[in-house]
Amino acid sequence: MTHPGTERDEAQVRESKRSRQAARIAEAASAGVKTLLVKIFLLGIVDAISVYALFVLLLRADWVVFGAVLLVTLIVNWIYFSKQKLPAKYLTPGLIFLLIFQIFVVGYSGYIAFTNYGTGHNSTKQDAINALIVSSQQRVPDSATYKLTVVEQLGNYSFLVTEPDGTVSLGGTDAPLRPVTDATLDATGKAVALPGYASLKFNDIVGNQEKIAALSVPLSDDPNDGTLRTPDGSKAYLYLSDLVYDEAAGTMTDTKANTVYADNGKTGSFVAADGTELLPGWKVEVGLANFAKAFGSESIRGPLISVTLWTFAFAFLSVLTTFGLGLFLAIVFNDLRMRGRNVYRVVLILPYAFPAFLSALVWAGMLNPQFGFVNQVLFGGADIPWLTNEWLAKFSIIFVNLWLGFPYMFLVCTGALQSIPDEIQEAATVDGARPFQVFRLIKLPLLLVSVAPLLISSFAFNFNNFNLIYMLTNGGPRDVTAGVNVGSTDILISMVYKVAFVGANRDYGLASAFSIIIFLLVALVSVISFKQTKALEELN
Amino acid sequence: MMVNKKGLLAAGAVAVAASLALAGCSGASSSKSGSSDAASSTLTVWVDADRAAVLKDAAAAFTKESGVTVKLVQKDFGKIQEQFIAQVPTGKGPDVTIAAHDWLGNFVGNGVVQPVELGDTAKDFQKVAVTAMSVEGKTYGVPYSIENIALLRNTALAPTAPATYDDMIAAGTAAGTEFPYLVQVGPESDPYHLYPFQTSFGAPVFGTNADGSYNAGDLSIGNAGGEAYAAWLAKEGAAGHLSVNVTGDIAKEKFNAGASPFLITGPWNVPDAQKAGINVAVDPIPSAGGETAQPFVGVQGFVVSAKSKNAIAANEFLVNYIGSEKVQTELYKVGGRAPALTSAFEAASADPITAGFGAVAAKAVPMPSIPQMGKVWQFWGVTEAAIISGQGDPTALWQKMTADIQTAIK
Repeated sequence: MTHPGTERDEAQVRESKRSRQAARIAEAASAGVKTLLVKIFLLGIVDAISVYALFVLLLRADWVVFGAVLLVTLIVNWIYFSKQKLPAKYLTPGLIFLLIFQIFVVGYSGYIAFTNYGTGHNSTKQDAINALIVSSQQRVPDSATYKLTVVEQLGNYSFLVTEPDGTVSLGGTDAPLRPVTDATLDATGKAVALPGYASLKFNDIVGNQEKIAALSVPLSDDPNDGTLRTPDGSKAYLYLSDLVYDEAAGTMTDTKANTVYADNGKTGSFVAADGTELLPGWKVEVGLANFAKAFGSESIRGPLISVTLWTFAFAFLSVLTTFGLGLFLAIVFNDLRMRGRNVYRVVLILPYAFPAFLSALVWAGMLNPQFGFVNQVLFGGADIPWLTNEWLAKFSIIFVNLWLGFPYMFLVCTGALQSIPDEIQEAATVDGARPFQVFRLIKLPLLLVSVAPLLISSFAFNFNNFNLIYMLTNGGPRDVTAGVNVGSTDILISMVYKVAFVGANRDYGLASAFSIIIFLLVALVSVISFKQTKALEELN
Repeated sequence: MMVNKKGLLAAGAVAVAASLALAGCSGASSSKSGSSDAASSTLTVWVDADRAAVLKDAAAAFTKESGVTVKLVQKDFGKIQEQFIAQVPTGKGPDVTIAAHDWLGNFVGNGVVQPVELGDTAKDFQKVAVTAMSVEGKTYGVPYSIENIALLRNTALAPTAPATYDDMIAAGTAAGTEFPYLVQVGPESDPYHLYPFQTSFGAPVFGTNADGSYNAGDLSIGNAGGEAYAAWLAKEGAAGHLSVNVTGDIAKEKFNAGASPFLITGPWNVPDAQKAGINVAVDPIPSAGGETAQPFVGVQGFVVSAKSKNAIAANEFLVNYIGSEKVQTELYKVGGRAPALTSAFEAASADPITAGFGAVAAKAVPMPSIPQMGKVWQFWGVTEAAIISGQGDPTALWQKMTADIQTAIK
């Protein structure tokens, strides 16, 4: 009885199932097409830019970067066109950024530590040779100005010059000046054209200025008479060069003093037998010389121990004082009985909102012994040398850093305190614990679990707190009789700055070596501290 | 699927940024290299914001005349020195940059500049400006301005210019103000502002060669005049005329408030003083030691990169456009610093303030640009500060400083 009906039902069910399936497939297919289109479009943009970059790099024959771009493009395409590799799809963008902006930069700084890169050694040997030759061109004193027309014949340039006495001569790089008679003169008596030669207009000169600026026309067969060169294409002057580069021997010779400067292969410069150095030199790898200098030179070794001690003291005390005050205020303002807590909190966070170096400058003004607010108003005109006495300066630094740093600790502690459940405190109170016991035995350990990593990072930050030191005391006061440019409030990083960057001189190699040393110190302290924090976590 | 798309977008952004960064790293000068027809020559010039507007007109005129496009790139003046030294060796630097003359020692030591031949136009510039732009007898730039300190006088408090240092103290005391005169010192002293007093004792930092350039081998700061100057510093410090507590801000603020008839400062503080309602006159700095008080002169100008492929165009632009009276006068109008070109300076001297500073500049000395100077500052200032604050025997401290400098520059 039910059979036909069942059959129909079954058919219906089958049909609807099929249609649903079809719809699903169609939907999936269309979604897939859409995604695929978006994918192809976006990757198309990426590839287009990459191909453009590759062309540019190809033209410049910059093979290392070319290879890097090619490799990255291929990897990106491979990852995003594949059906699996879901994790890679998430991680690739971040990894590429990490490689370019972190690993490369760190690696490059590390490499610099093993070179002599800095003032006087900032380029290649070829650049140094060119610069030495160019700047050794000395205009012959009281020599005349030659009126010049640059002429061209078969692609070779020559100088058609008119001497002050009216003599017209022609000369080229390999042909010393010789008088010519058939030149065309203009109204001023300047030779402007010569039969068989094409005269260059300023536009033509500018178009071929590299060649023309490099032209030097010997005055006579004797090279000691000097050569004519032109700085502007319309006048020529007589120059003599004191330096001659001997390509075969790789030496520079000073023809005036008859000194030979040779590349000694170590310092990246030409050095004479008596040790005189020609600058600029060029960048070379110097191995561990920078590290040896960091520990070996008197101006660094002398103050190194006291500076290191003070750096640790400063970083440690900074963390301790800011954390102490921040925690205290956080607890006070976390008490529900306190009225208007939010207003106070906002006011307390204000120092955190000012740029630190600006605040440091303002504080330096306020701590001025004679005119500053602190002495004038708070101490009734007393003459307290806040920044010029060794120990007071140290105190001032820590005090100003406390003012700058406590809002951060206050914020962090407030957050951490609010995440501790009230029940624990209630339970402890019921068990008869006094408030201080509740704080010391329950709240503080719980707080430290979440705050300790921040304290460690705060230590690392203060260890390198260059802004504050530089703006507030500039490392001073200094003992002028010590003869080193390091003051009593200098921390390692500000000492490095002073030692590696004296005046306009920059010793990037030495600075990089120092930053590696400082990194090792900070890393060591952090590793030890994190081990301690782990122990803290196990307490719970 | 959505998540995947976002990932894609991020990947796209990364790859774009990455390939741009990498391509950028390797230099964008592809458009410049290989092209040798005149139409596409481009002269890249680094200039600070104030000067850019003036140069725009000069650049347009130059382009019209020569067909060379001038690309002005605005830079923060304070960062130019370092960036120029870093970028020129890579071939990415400009052809021409604005520069202060005391950077030249560093530029030459790094081989990033090439000499500029002023030719016969050299005599059209003030002598001190050309000397300042020269290193070892070779001129490396076209100067456009001269800047130096002088004595600023509040004419309401002191009607006449003092002839000597003692006159100035007497006039200042008679005025009955808080300070007889003001000069900025600061916790690490300020040798630049105190230098005219030092030279008035005949103790320049370095001796000079015949052509006016400094001789690094002749450290004359520690001579008998230097010791006399040190003793003078101690005496004036004890008398309260010089104080390490007077920083630049305080000196300016007190002078503008009428707390002193005199302030030793540069043209940069004049507009604010006038705004504060003070009638200022500019006088020569009175001599404390008997000889002429010579402050340092700072000269600004334009230099050409050692790796410029447009040396001739650059030279033409500098000598005939930057060095023209019109451009020099325009540059004076925006900066207020005395023009380096004599004819432009004479025109600008209609303004008594410019004329006053210019009169001092005529007798002043260029700030040494030799690399050794960088090592002098670190000992110079703190020693002066120690002497002024009475920390020890002035002569001994001064000799210790001289010995330290001698060691450092060896």
